[in-house]
Amino acid sequence: MNMIQAINSAMDVMMARDPDVIVMGEDVGYFGGVFRATAGLQAKYGKQRVFDTPITECGIIGVAVGMGAYGLRPVPEIQFADYIYPALDQLVSEAARLRYRSAGEFIAPMTVRSPFGGGIFGGQTHSQSPEGIFTHVSGVKTVIPSTPYDAKGLLIAAIEDNDPTIFFEPKRIYNGPFDGYWDKPAQNWSKHPAGEVPTGYYKIELGKAKVVRAGEALTVLAYGTMVHVAQAVIADAGIDAEIIDLRTLVPLDIEAIEASVKKTGRCMIIHEATRTSGFGAELSALVQERCFYHLEAPIERVTGFDTPYPHSLEWAYFPGPVRIGEALKKVMKD
Amino acid sequence: MASDDRRANLQPLSLYVPEPKFRPGDAVDFTSVRLPAAGETRRPDTADKAETFIDLAYELVRVLDEDNQAVGPWNPRLSPDTMRSLLRSMALVRAFDERMFRAQRQGKTSFYMKCTGEEAVAVSAAFALDYEDMCFPSYRQQGLLIARGWSLVDMMNQIYSNKGDRLQGKQLPIMYSVREAGFFSISGNLATQYPQAVGWAMASAAKGDTRISATWCGEGSTAEGDFHSACTFASVYRAPVIFNVVNNQWAISSFSGFAGAESTTFAARAVGYGIAGLRVDGNDALAVYAATAWAAERARTNQGPTLIEHFTYRAEGHSTSDDPGQYRSEGEPNAWPLGDPIKRLKDHLIAIGEWDEERHAAQDKELAEDVKRAQKEAEQNGILGHGLHQPLDTLFDGVFEELPWHLKEQQAQMLAEETASGRPWAHKS
Repeated sequence: MNMIQAINSAMDVMMARDPDVIVMGEDVGYFGGVFRATAGLQAKYGKQRVFDTPITECGIIGVAVGMGAYGLRPVPEIQFADYIYPALDQLVSEAARLRYRSAGEFIAPMTVRSPFGGGIFGGQTHSQSPEGIFTHVSGVKTVIPSTPYDAKGLLIAAIEDNDPTIFFEPKRIYNGPFDGYWDKPAQNWSKHPAGEVPTGYYKIELGKAKVVRAGEALTVLAYGTMVHVAQAVIADAGIDAEIIDLRTLVPLDIEAIEASVKKTGRCMIIHEATRTSGFGAELSALVQERCFYHLEAPIERVTGFDTPYPHSLEWAYFPGPVRIGEALKKVMKD
Repeated sequence: MASDDRRANLQPLSLYVPEPKFRPGDAVDFTSVRLPAAGETRRPDTADKAETFIDLAYELVRVLDEDNQAVGPWNPRLSPDTMRSLLRSMALVRAFDERMFRAQRQGKTSFYMKCTGEEAVAVSAAFALDYEDMCFPSYRQQGLLIARGWSLVDMMNQIYSNKGDRLQGKQLPIMYSVREAGFFSISGNLATQYPQAVGWAMASAAKGDTRISATWCGEGSTAEGDFHSACTFASVYRAPVIFNVVNNQWAISSFSGFAGAESTTFAARAVGYGIAGLRVDGNDALAVYAATAWAAERARTNQGPTLIEHFTYRAEGHSTSDDPGQYRSEGEPNAWPLGDPIKRLKDHLIAIGEWDEERHAAQDKELAEDVKRAQKEAEQNGILGHGLHQPLDTLFDGVFEELPWHLKEQQAQMLAEETASGRPWAHKS
């Protein structure tokens, strides 16, 4: 399966298992979603469980909060992460706080799916990576898969989870892994081992990272598309790096991070999102606090620049092989 | 700015900024407020299409007339027992408000908000809805809880943030949450409950349930985007929901003109969405009951949502932190032409020979005693800042279903700080 099919399969599996799971969002019903992630679901489960919504993100999330309070398990879609901002009040002030402010009387067991990230010439409003906004909010979990196998397992876990979860899907790797070499032909998930996805139920526990390459020389922390870019650049550089795919940003797998950095003594953090106050800053602070005496070099952050996401200059903005390569030289210096 | 000579002969634009009619010191004259007489407004069938009664969004459903009689097609013909029960609930809400306002002034709690003059809006609605219907209130519908017979002690525990507080001291006073009484957790963020109520109603409909939801906001909050989202969703999916807009003329210091009241009514907002809209005398307990029962029947028969504007007046300050003398005339509350909801229902019951001043005075005294007794009991659990709060480590409960490592670490840090402080912050059980 490609990542879209895996995500579709996760919703299919969960809708079949739990009659309280419902799917809604702009164009998700009859049409099956602008990325086809919900294709076929309405025909299979009916309009009462999979339906199109008006174009109002604050309404979509607000309605999902009410459905959760009733006892449903909504899986709302926000068409692009760039358009999640109108729903911020409902997410930050309501969904994230509901359990806390009602001392557990009401909960918001929703999973907000949203395509995110760049690398597709999406310009300013089809490329953003706003995960740092949500990791800063207490009460929501933030999950970002990097493969079809993980996407399905993590999405099933998120839907089953009783806390509100933001599930960001890196749309650049919907159809195939992307290694950052944008001028090379696109790849397909069919040739990648993680494209092997079971058709039935399985889940991947939230809060657990995955070591995608074991190594001794350096720890690379990445998630989403950047996991693949990191792998390619590390392979080309011939460095024995340990690459960790975080998969869940909140709650974070701090044990995996700590164990790795204490072993390697060096740490590089990679994300597409802009640098200042990005999630990389939190990762850097945590590594510094917990692994200070093991560090042999300053922690490196490879990120998008602190600008809106540009259109024509996309590959100058994107933290690709050159930027990662330069940072590698820096962090590996003696 | 306009340096272009071609524009020199055009009339300059001017920005219109609304201004209330009366400011502090001004004499008040409400004769310009258009008030249709009681019994005058028609009552359509609940199954009629919304477009056929657009006129109702500009009228005023009123039952109690100048002679204290219940008249017209909206008269719900409640039994004297039910009306006495309504009256008692409203009086209890007022007694509760008086006592808690005083508790705030005595420093026993940090904050309180009264609903004086608006008691009918919540109490009559609670009477007209089923107990199982879910209410998504704003912060000024304490009458829902009281009318549903919820424990005053429990409400006070929340106001005092004490060790008996069901919300563990996590919420600002009056932001109640009582799932058992169909009272959704109150949020400080205005109008967010509107789309949530729609979602609850949609869920009920999708599940083939028979319960409906109702939500409330002030006229000021109708300006929020959530109001528009909620109306759109409710209309599109014909959600079994009742939208209540409590038009009490004031949003803190801003008069209703800043929410658009100079141009139209709030009930008229419904017209554009294709939602049934009613405009009701919010100080007429029987009219509020009738309108709510009508809207509930409409929702329960899958005819869709109704928006009810309750035309009323916020008789006191916005909150204990507010002084209305700074922005409006002192004469307004007494000059308000729709009077006081408690007095009007009381006068009606007296007029039909089902009540008298002596019984009313005795009831007021009894309710004041009830509230006082509840207050004493609640204060056994502590008042704000006197140490009788929830155990310290509950601060981390409920952020997530389970404590992740970073919260466990912060919890441990907090407990270590308690030790370091040399004095226990919590009364641990």
